[in-house]
Amino acid sequence: MKVVLRNPKRELDVPTPPNVGRLLRDLEIVPETVLVIRNDTLATHDERLSDGDIVEIRPVMSGGAR
Amino acid sequence: MKCGRCRAPAVIDVRRHNAGYCRDCFVRHCGEQVRRAVEQFDMIRPGERVLVAVSGGKDSLGLWQLLRDLGYDAEGLYLGLGIGAYSEESAAFARAFASERALKLHEVDLASEYGFDVENGARVARRAPCSACGLSKRHLFNDVAIRNGYDVLATGHNLDDEAAVLFGNVLRWETEFLGRQHPVLPAAPGFVRKVKPLIRLSEREMAAYCVLSGIDYIVEECPMAAGNRHLGYKTALNEIEERSPGSKAAFVFGFLERAHDRFMDEVDDARADLHPCSVCGAPTPGDTCAFCRMRARAVGEPLALRTGP
Repeated sequence: MKVVLRNPKRELDVPTPPNVGRLLRDLEIVPETVLVIRNDTLATHDERLSDGDIVEIRPVMSGGAR
Repeated sequence: MKCGRCRAPAVIDVRRHNAGYCRDCFVRHCGEQVRRAVEQFDMIRPGERVLVAVSGGKDSLGLWQLLRDLGYDAEGLYLGLGIGAYSEESAAFARAFASERALKLHEVDLASEYGFDVENGARVARRAPCSACGLSKRHLFNDVAIRNGYDVLATGHNLDDEAAVLFGNVLRWETEFLGRQHPVLPAAPGFVRKVKPLIRLSEREMAAYCVLSGIDYIVEECPMAAGNRHLGYKTALNEIEERSPGSKAAFVFGFLERAHDRFMDEVDDARADLHPCSVCGAPTPGDTCAFCRMRARAVGEPLALRTGP
């Protein structure tokens, strides 16, 4: 399964985990800090994943002067 | 997971509310949270003109859309900070948003109109880049709002921003800053009213709102913000939130309900001692405001030779 990470943009090939929540745990990413976009659609943490999926993990944290 | 409101398949889960939402119910939820914040804190009154400070990011563009959808007369302001390709790309997102919706976008460019950029200003003022950036934004947002007759300046500060700032202010017991930390800063001579209508929405909710509403925004983070203290506080708070969902909201709203008033005297004292800057006329406790001092150092001009762009 392909995973797209941002800041900087890069791609990983990872063994397909059973669902989105497990993918984030495997990558040690705090769920509150990202959106998961599976095949161009937002995915909840219980959503099941398949071998051909392309999953973007998009950070949501911004932190300069506001 | 099903949408907690309509039982359609959910596209986003929000642990703080222990709920999942489908697209339509989530977009409605975001509108409801903004309306509730505006009403709870009396941010915008009927007929008032609102200037939204937009950066090209998810919070400010999402805020602009939400305010328009709620029926407010909201126009935008983009400030070019001269941060290389990042500024060019963020400006393109702000312009595209305004153009696609036929909305008015004011633009101010720090380098061409004031003769310096954030990096240069930070170096000469011996400030961190985020500090020089924040100073420039506070000064110029207020200046444009006053000069163009807006009643309210709205910024995209969300729940995570407010929790991180509160965390930092409490760690150092910055009592004057604690007195200022409120979703509304009332208007005063030389100051437009400033409001934060996203205080009831997290940054994850705002990112989801933009994705689900078809709003394109700059995903990349400002290169100058990497490793700053504010991001460190957010990381710490997100670890707490992960173990105890709702902690950030409880921290911020508990402060506003039970502690904020205790620090208000410090703000009143600070505002009572202001007079016009000798260069630009903005309220300042000294002869010359911090923005004009930074600008004069950055461009190598003596003070008081300039009256604005």
